[in-house]
Amino acid sequence: MSKLLEVEKLSISFSQYFKGLEQRELTVLSDLTMDVDDHEILAVLGSSGSGKSLLAHAILGILPTNAKVSGSIRYKGKEMDDELKEQLRGNVISFIPQSVNNLNPLMKVKDQAIGYTNNEEEKQKLMKKQREIFNQYKLAENVDDMYPFQLSGGMARKVLISTALLNDPEIIIADEPTPGLDEQAVEETINNLIELKEKGIGMILITHDIHTAIETSDRIAILYLGYVIEVTDTKNFSGEGEKLLHPYTRSLYRALPETEFELTEGHQPSYLHIPKGCPYHENCPYQVRECHYELPELREVNGTVIRCFNPLVDGE
Amino acid sequence: MYLNANNISYAYKKNKPILKNLSISIPDNKVIGLMGDSGSGKSTLCKVISGYIKNYTGTVTLDNNLIETKDFYPIQLIFQHPEKTMNPKWKMHKVLSESWNPPQELMDTFGLKDNWLGRWPNELSGGELQRFSILRALNPKTKFIIADEISTMLDAVTQVQIWDALLDYCKQNKIGILAVSHDKELLEVIADDILLFNEINKL
Repeated sequence: MSKLLEVEKLSISFSQYFKGLEQRELTVLSDLTMDVDDHEILAVLGSSGSGKSLLAHAILGILPTNAKVSGSIRYKGKEMDDELKEQLRGNVISFIPQSVNNLNPLMKVKDQAIGYTNNEEEKQKLMKKQREIFNQYKLAENVDDMYPFQLSGGMARKVLISTALLNDPEIIIADEPTPGLDEQAVEETINNLIELKEKGIGMILITHDIHTAIETSDRIAILYLGYVIEVTDTKNFSGEGEKLLHPYTRSLYRALPETEFELTEGHQPSYLHIPKGCPYHENCPYQVRECHYELPELREVNGTVIRCFNPLVDGE
Repeated sequence: MYLNANNISYAYKKNKPILKNLSISIPDNKVIGLMGDSGSGKSTLCKVISGYIKNYTGTVTLDNNLIETKDFYPIQLIFQHPEKTMNPKWKMHKVLSESWNPPQELMDTFGLKDNWLGRWPNELSGGELQRFSILRALNPKTKFIIADEISTMLDAVTQVQIWDALLDYCKQNKIGILAVSHDKELLEVIADDILLFNEINKL
């Protein structure tokens, strides 16, 4: 059986003007490889502003035209070209966008949930279904005729999720579904996502919030400067982090206030100054000679996919 | 020294107060955590205390003296989004020296690299910029720091680094901190006391 969605060696870069007519190349995602199965949530964890939303846009085929993309994305083993992407998005692959700003401010909620159709019969059918899904998420009937500005943050989030469900998708890509919500709403959203997974949906959950990632996902892919440095089972984020193999992942886990709040020196540079070799070597206490001039390839160690010459096995 | 906000009330819209009869007291040797839901008015309170909002009712005092507004304001606010607090057309050395010129030692403590000073704000990452905005707020005349979700958008590793340096400096220099966050675990680690916003705000 093939995986539901596979991404292989995906790189996305932009060229931008910075001084008069001088251009520079900005690589936001480099050599990204990951996959997701049905009944599975894969969390993609990266810091804010790291361009991880672009991964979602690449899968959906809605990147801006000046983006340079290489690598391959496959749906059930089939290469996704622009045509297939257009066919799949909104039907088989649904998107839960990051911000409530993605709702049209001039359109009633129900109208944007069902989308545009000029077939009256189909419209009735969709409206019925929309009502069902809204009921499921406890959105009362009076919400149907509201405009986005009348919704609270939590309600708007529910509207976005309901909208994504209307076409019975197989894959959902959720881009930062939790920030800006209070604790209760976050919990609700998390439960909603897990429920969807149990129904069989494969989900890519893009987030910078490590708590959301740990609570919902089955596996976590950790991004550093646009590189996947580790794809590991979520259950490894436990104890003292001794099963996390990449030095960065481990220090990230041990820096959490509820674990050790441990201090690690060094800072994540900007995308304009990605170091040569391993992107993390400047801050890495375990670096070896190769790290300085050679980029480690992704490889499998103890069931974890990792990009590191000197992984922390044996619970060092 | 004590920072006291007494009976603060404020409304953006008439008859729809967001802060009501709110009082809070912060000693200069402590970190007070303030926790609350989004949209509850935490940031509004921060702006009142640090002098950005002026037409409130109630008083903000330092050891019972009202604060002279023509001089450097001794209560400095650090925002969540550093990139929004910097002039995009100023290089970093100008952004920093608008407040003061910190000694090299302090720059090292906060992990500021010399070559960052010649860069524009859009050439640095969020974590790098937040280091600047914190150091900028630590002018020697600063007596209190209001930290409004300053590490919310940073990864956990950067979060520790920033708080570690800030807490250390403030302890040595007797600067009190009001740390606002919705992250209970974080406040439990960094704060001496935690206040719940809904309990002190008498709406």
